[in-house]
Formats: sequence, C-alpha cells, structure tokens
Amino acid sequence: MRKFLSTIWSTKGLARWILLVGVVITVVFVAFAIFAPWIAPFDFNQTRDAAGVKFPKLQSPSGTHWLGTNDQFFDIFSRVVWGARTALEVVVISVLVAGVIGVPLGLVSGFIGGWIDRLLVFVMDALYTIPSLLLAIIFAFLLRDALGGSIMAVALALAAIYVPQYYRVVRSTTVSAREATYVEAARAIGAKPTTIMRKYLFGNVVQSVPVLGTLNAADALGTLAALGFLGLGIQPTEASEWGYDLSRALDDAQAGVWWPALWPGLAIILLITALTLVGEGLNETLNPALRRRRLLPVRFPSKATPTDPEMAEAAK
Amino acid sequence: MPTKHESVLHESVLDVDDLAVHFQLQGGALSRLLGLKARSVKAVDGVTLTLHRGEVLGLVGESGSGKTTLGRALLGLVPTTGGSITYHGRERGDRLVSEMRGAELRRLRTDLQMVFQDPHAALNPSMTIEEAVGHPLVIHGIASGDELRQRVSAALERVGLAPVERFLGKYPSDLSGGQKQRAVIARAIILDPEVLVADEPVSMLDMSVRAKILQLMLDLKNDLGLTYVYITHDLATAKYFCDRIAIMYLGRVVEIGATDEIFANPRHPYTKALLKAIPEPDPEKQVPRDLPRGEIPDAAVPPLGCAFHPRCPEAIAGCGWESRDLRALLEEHWTRRVEAYDDEVALIGDLDSLDTPSTTAKLGSGGSGEVRALLDRIRAENPDEPLWKGVTDIEPASNGVEVHFQPAGSPALRRAGGVEVACILYPEGAPDP
Amino acid sequence: MNSPTVDLIDGQVTEPGAPGGPVLEVRDLRVWYGTERGPVRAVDGVSFDLAEGEILGVVGESGCGKSTLGRGLIGLLPDGSNRDGTLRFQGTDMLALKPKEQHAMRGRDLGMIFQEPLTRLNPLMRISEHFSETLKTHDKSISKAEIERRSLESLRVMGIPPTRFHAYPHEFSGGMRQRLMIALTLVLRPAFVVADEPTTALDVLVEAQIIRILHDLRANYRTALLLITHNLGIVAEACDRVAVMYAGEIVEIGDAREVFARPQHPYTRELLRSTISLSTTGLNYIDGAPPDLVEPPPGCHFHPRCPDAMKICASRHPITRVHPGGSLASCWAADAREGLLADVPVVELEPLPREEIAVADEA
Repeated sequence: MRKFLSTIWSTKGLARWILLVGVVITVVFVAFAIFAPWIAPFDFNQTRDAAGVKFPKLQSPSGTHWLGTNDQFFDIFSRVVWGARTALEVVVISVLVAGVIGVPLGLVSGFIGGWIDRLLVFVMDALYTIPSLLLAIIFAFLLRDALGGSIMAVALALAAIYVPQYYRVVRSTTVSAREATYVEAARAIGAKPTTIMRKYLFGNVVQSVPVLGTLNAADALGTLAALGFLGLGIQPTEASEWGYDLSRALDDAQAGVWWPALWPGLAIILLITALTLVGEGLNETLNPALRRRRLLPVRFPSKATPTDPEMAEAAK
Repeated sequence: MPTKHESVLHESVLDVDDLAVHFQLQGGALSRLLGLKARSVKAVDGVTLTLHRGEVLGLVGESGSGKTTLGRALLGLVPTTGGSITYHGRERGDRLVSEMRGAELRRLRTDLQMVFQDPHAALNPSMTIEEAVGHPLVIHGIASGDELRQRVSAALERVGLAPVERFLGKYPSDLSGGQKQRAVIARAIILDPEVLVADEPVSMLDMSVRAKILQLMLDLKNDLGLTYVYITHDLATAKYFCDRIAIMYLGRVVEIGATDEIFANPRHPYTKALLKAIPEPDPEKQVPRDLPRGEIPDAAVPPLGCAFHPRCPEAIAGCGWESRDLRALLEEHWTRRVEAYDDEVALIGDLDSLDTPSTTAKLGSGGSGEVRALLDRIRAENPDEPLWKGVTDIEPASNGVEVHFQPAGSPALRRAGGVEVACILYPEGAPDP
Repeated sequence: MNSPTVDLIDGQVTEPGAPGGPVLEVRDLRVWYGTERGPVRAVDGVSFDLAEGEILGVVGESGCGKSTLGRGLIGLLPDGSNRDGTLRFQGTDMLALKPKEQHAMRGRDLGMIFQEPLTRLNPLMRISEHFSETLKTHDKSISKAEIERRSLESLRVMGIPPTRFHAYPHEFSGGMRQRLMIALTLVLRPAFVVADEPTTALDVLVEAQIIRILHDLRANYRTALLLITHNLGIVAEACDRVAVMYAGEIVEIGDAREVFARPQHPYTRELLRSTISLSTTGLNYIDGAPPDLVEPPPGCHFHPRCPDAMKICASRHPITRVHPGGSLASCWAADAREGLLADVPVVELEPLPREEIAVADEA
C-alpha cells in the first residue's frame, strides 16, 4: 500500500493531470453523495414544500427551484444531488461485490487448475460473450422478484457483469505467478496451498484490480443509467436515478423544455468521464508496460581532460 | 578453507534408490483430441546415490541434465514416478520422502530446505524481509510475537545482514543481489534444517560477491552442522566447495566420486569434456579445440545406448549408434560442403525417416550403388568418425541402402578406481587404466 | 562429424596478429543517462583503439558501464541518453552523423550480438526469410541466388547445416540460435561487432563452442570485436586485449596475457583474485559494491573499496599512464610503485584510513 501510494504521488506529466482532473470531479460527486441531505434543498421524492403546497410541474429554473422542476413535480437540483448518492452506492456495491467474488474465484481457479479451472473458465467465458447491457437486463429481471426495483437489485445485476472480468484478469496473472520461484520457495518452506494463495499470490495478483475497478465503475454508471432509461432500473420511489429522469425528460425536451433532461444527462457524462480519467490515469501510473520513463536532457559540462602525452601514443 | 573429508562421517542422511522423475508433456490440441499418448520426459532416470551427514555433495551438469529436478525431488517438490528417497532424520527416524503427501511432506521441510538460483525471484516481492524470513516459523507454528522477531533478527545477523534494523522493513527490490541471496539463506536456515539443497546459489550473482556467499555457506555448514546438496553447472565452484561430486547427463549420473579424485583423474568422456571447456583466467590457456559437438539432446527421445555417445570424442562400436546419428553425420557433411548439398540431398531423399530411433537406418532414393558410393565418400573425408565403428553392415535395399548398427544398452554405474563411472570404456571388473 | 574446419572466405587471406589500421578510434567517450537525480555517468571518458581483426574484451562488475559502452559505440542507446567525445569508425566521425546515416551503418558496418538470441528472432519467420530481409535492407537489388549463396556460406562458418535453412527459430536449440544470430550479424560483413555477454545464457560446452567461433572470426571476416563479458576466463582465452571497467571508466587496458599475468590496477587484481577457477585454493572477494554513477566518489572511484588506497586517491583522479609491460592503467598506487610520485608530498602517499564497509554492503 505504501508503495502504491508513493507511485501515485510520484506520477508526472499527462498521467498526473488526467488523474488529478478525474479525482477532483469524482470528489465533488462523492461530496454530493455523502452530504446530500444538507446540500439538496428537498428530498428526492418530495413534491410538496414544507407548507404542503405542491411544486409546480415543469417549472423553469427559479429562486426556489434552482434547476427547475420536472414532469413528476420533483425539484431537479435535489434529484441530481440525491442521484449522485444512488449512483455511487450502486457503483461501489457492484464493483465491491464483483471483486469479492471474481478475485478469489480467479485466484483459486488459476492456482489449483484441473477440472475446477476448466469449468469456471467455461462459465465465465460464456457470461463474458453476452453483451453487458443484455446481461444486466436479464439479471435485473431475475432479481426483481426477490429484491424489487431496489438499489441492491441493480447493484447485484451489475456485479454479475463484472465478475468474469475480475476472474479473467486475476486468473491469468495467477497462472503466470504460480510458476514463479517465490511460490515454489513458499512450498519449500512448507506453506499450505491456502497460505500460498493468501500470502504469496494474492498481494501480487490484485495489483491490476484497482485499475479495473475504476474503469468498471465508469462502465457501471453507464449501464445503471441505461437500465434506468429502459425502466428496468431503480424505481423512482426507491431512489433518485439520473437515467430514469433522463428518459422521462426526453419527450418534453422536444417541446422545448430542456432543463429536466440537461442536468441528469450532464451529471452522467461528467461522472463517467471523471471515473474513466481516474482509471486511465491509474493505468498509466501502475501499469509498467505503459509507464514511460521521464526523459531528461543530458548536457555535458566541458571537461578538462588531463592530457598525458604518453596516453595518446599508447592508446594505439 | 572447508575441512574436506574430515567432517564426512559415513552415516547417510538421504538415500536415493533408482529414482525416476518422468514428466508427461502436454501434447498439441490435435493429439489430445485424438487421445494420442503424451510424450514423457525422463528428467531423472534411475539415479542411485547416498548423501552422507556433514558432506557437500555436488550435482553437476548442463541444463537439461536433471540436476535441478533431482534436487527438488529430494525435498518432495516434484512427485517421483519410480524408485525411492529415504530420509534418515535425527529426530524422527527413517522416512520415505517419495511416499509422503500433504501435511507430512510440509513437515519434512523443517528438516530439508532449499536455496534458489535467482534470489530476486525467490522472494515474494510484496513481503518485507522480516515477514519473508520469519514466515517458515509462522507456517509451522514454531514462533510468534517477540520470539519470532528475535529469531528473525538472529537469522539475519547470522547471514551477515547487519545491522538488522536496516533490513527488516525492506522489500526485496530494495536489496542488491547478494543481500537478497543472504535473505533467502536466512529463510532456509531459520527452521534449523539438517539438509540444505542449494540450486546454483551463486550463478546469478556478480562475480565479486560469489566468493562471499560461498564463504557464508561454508561458515553456516560448520557452525550449524548442515549437509549440503550443491547443484551447479560450474565445475570450478564445485571443485572448491564439494566433498563429493556426481556428474549428471540427461537424467543419469555418469560419474560419481570424491572431488579430488574426479578432478585429478576424470574418467567419463563427458567429465573430461566439461573440465576442458571451463574458461580459465590463465593467460597461457588457449581456446579448446577438441570439444564435444552439438548440444544436450531432447530428453523425451534420448539417444539409444549411452546418452552421451553422439557427442563423445572417445565413442566406440558398442555405444549405441543409431539412425539419428546418421542424419547428423549427413548434415555435418553438407555443412562443410554446401555446394554438394542440392545434388546429394536428392540422392538421399527423405531424411525424416531417420528421426525414428532405430539400429537399422534405411536411406536413399537414387539407386543403391550411388548412395553407397556417397556414404563411402563421406567416410573417406573423415575416416576417424566414431559412427563408422558402430556400423555392422551396409546392404542394398530397394532404391538405397540399409545401414545396420550394433545394438547397445545404456551403461550402468560401475566402480572404477576410486569413483563410479557409467561408461562402456570402464567395464565391470576391468583394471583401472 | 568433427566440427567444420574454418575456411577462409573468398580467398581473403588474413593472418591473425597482423591487423591493419584502427577500425575504431575512441577518445574521451562519455555516455550519460538523464534521470531526475542528475545524469548517470554510465560511461565517463573512455579512450581506446581497435584494430582490424582484433578482439578486445571488456570486463567489470555489473553496473560498471560495460553494456552502455557497447551500445554507445554502435549508437543503440535508449532515449534520454547522450554521447560526447570522439568516436571515429574507419575515419568517419560517428557522433557528427545524422541519426539516419547512423542507422544505415548499423548492420552493414556495425553489428551487435545479444545475450538472449530468441528475443531477437521473429518466431513467425523462417531462417531463410531472416537472412533475405537482412540482406535486402542494405542492398535492394540483391538476387535470390546471391542471398542463398551468402546465407549458406554464413551458416556454414557457424556450423549450421543447410538442411535447417528453411526452419523456424523455435526449432533450434539455444546454442544453435546464438550461432544463427552470429551468422545473421556477420552475413553483412560488418567491420566492427559488439558481442554483449553472448554466452551467459548457454551451457559450458556450448559456451566453449561459441567462444571458439568468435575467436576464429578474425580469420573469416577480419571483424574487430568488442566482447563484453563478466567471465574473465573467456577473456583470457579469446581476446587479444582486455579493458577493465570500473564506474564508467577504463581503469586498465592492455594485452590480455600481460594484464592477467601482471595486473597494474588493484581493481583488476582483486577481480582476478575473486574469480573462482579450477586453481582456486581460497575464497577472495572485493568488499563493497560499485558506486552510484550519479555521484561517483571523488578522486579515484575505486578508492573506498581499494586495499591499496592512499590519501591522494580520495582527492585526486589518477592519471592514465603506460606501465612496464605496456598496459595502460589509472592508479596512484601503481605510479607510486614505479617511483613516479616523487613530487607528491609524502603525507599524500600514506595509506588511506578505510571507512568500515558492512559485510552486507555488496553487489
């Protein structure tokens, strides 16, 4: 971890800027998510003010409703802020769950090999070939009965898409790390297979996971919005979700009512971009194949060479 | 200086009896689909030797000789396919390493330990030196907390990584090659083992540190009463370091005996060749000219007879000459006479049929007389070529000739003088030349 | 089936030991790498000549600039490095050439043999295709028959049978691949070749075969060879002259036999003593490790590890001088032995109190 942070800190050039811009935008959204109750003037499903007066429908931006209201009488600014919380909850849960399932599976499969490995490779490859949105729709459908249109249901549906990715990355690094001398050395000191996986392989094969995680987070956000857009995501009564709001707003946008579509759309684009930037930045920093040595020009100081008459003669 | 021989008690620690380690090679996808038999490589094939308590036994050979596989088999790191390894432990008595599995095998590692060739690869890059060196104690539940720390510090000090505080928190990548190898050695001795298998422990190190690490290993041996198996391709360090040496070639021991005797009076032609090939920093020594040709052959299809015969400068009729040697002879002839290649290869025809090992080689498609004449010409070019000694008959067959070779078995280790040699030149009961 | 006798090509009769003028003239060559801590002085003021058909061995511990020198001479340097000084190849000032002109000379005039041959061969190309591509790069009009003639000739000298001409790299054993690499380098007849640890990955017997091939190159190609190795035995057997490098400088250079028999520089002596050979009767080693080349020690770079160090060694860089026997060395102690330091104050010649070197401070 110490090494990890120091590598990031020592990043230079373009990678540093990519990382910095990504992190700053992400931090803003994270702040939205954490402090939503204090930042947002209203609740995400609030349609009346404290006095019980219903909000106007599709009202343009004003002093009370900074970004206006939408066709469901919701305050758009509050929806966007609360939406950040939903988005981050879904992203964090889905990436964590995918990692928690995918990483150990990949590790065990790659280390033990044999029929377990072959079976898992088959299943994961099969999952991987299905387009991710389609897969998310299928899982969202399947989970709907059990969990309804909740955040957890969508997060798990998304996690299912990403498990094969973690599995594949970790398995392939495990397969090559398994042959490393330090693994043989661990066997030679009498380590059990579980100890070898835990203490010798895990730390070395998870290094590509943070990069994958941030890239998946960006992808998860897009898929979440797409599910919401298709009406298969989180129900509006459960939480505020940008994709759903965007889909509701599209018809009105054609009629010249632009504000309900603009803000959730912008939020989606900004956060996806930011997370992608963090992922790319981390990749540049952590991936040794991409990391370029910073080149510095070499200037030679004029050197007073001790001239020895014999030397030039004898060098021949 | 090591106290050669003085410390060698003739009490055995490890007995290896007719040991075989064969690996199944994964065939191609097609052959697996068709269920064809996978090829097997005989990495170690019928090795018998004894490791005496307190000695340094050298396993010397080129890559592919099976020396590393044998060393790993001693610790049970590779499954054996035949024969046995018996460990005569000081505390727990005689045990068969070759039949141990699981927990029993892991417990064995408190008595038998290993030092690896590449110190950088042998340490987990994400473990500090303190964790890495102390891990054997943690794994076997021997020490924890303060005691663990003390023992790690003691081991590091023992191998010269002092002041210890400077190294405890370091990662392998922060250390130099020599320092890493010291850490690997510390990890190996922390369990207080009886036997240390050292697989080329200095060959990856800079020459200025090699002697230091060897000196450390000698000191440890004397202070801790260790027994070493020293695996190397370098006869010079083996000469200095070992009490006895086993020369290996293609999975077999071809010569074994006391170091002094082997160096003073090498018997096997392979041993002689190795000795001659070592580049010596002696200004008077010239580039050696009469070295064995070729390289160590494929262990999946070893040569018939003695495995060394195709390269042997002293080979005679009964060494196991065969069809593949004839192919090599033709290729060497064409290497020398490139201009004749096109015409002659047409005369000889298909060469690939010679690749199946056999004492009968059929070749030629341009008429028996012409092929025979070509072989005679090649023979006349170099009449001393030992292959011809093994030819019993050349007879016409269809459009070419059939060359018959004298069949031969693989020579067994036999006593010759003070050592044991596996070579037809040293038959049973023969007086030592 | 003896190894092919080495024949002379095209009737060119060259007698080893009677070389012509210098192929390479190196004067005060510096090759530095830029880093954030400052320039790494990997090669810092190296001078020597190399004659036609001559083999110069370069030895030293790792991190002393051997490989950088080899690459610097043929211009195969990574980005971020720079060369300075004089480097004349057959009279041409190499450092004044444009990158494109330098590139054109590589292969044709300047060759390089690497340690790991397999990584330098394209696994999807037959050997014949490798040769044809190499030859065509430098002569577009070359005929197919000519390609085959020259390739087979080159293979013959390396002892590779013509039956293997159309094989793929993976069908060759390690030693064969290295010969193949040498054959590919030499098919263009470069006048100067750098061989960087060409036998380190090979077994003893194969190593000896390759060393013999390199040793015989002068008879076949009149190539000047710079042989970089950590193995002093190889130098003793195959080289005419030897250069000992320490911390980016050549500390001693001279006739190989002379240097091995009467080393002038303590580093050469200690390096020879620490080499384990068949005649070794006791273990010797050099304490400490080669210095950081960003900030090498002042004075003689070797002084912190040198058993003969005097006070002057820690402050003044030694002068390169010819010593009896003809070797060139830069060492105050060697000068003092010959009575050359009469005008240096006696206090400067007192032994340098050595700083304690910890056991584990090593390479």
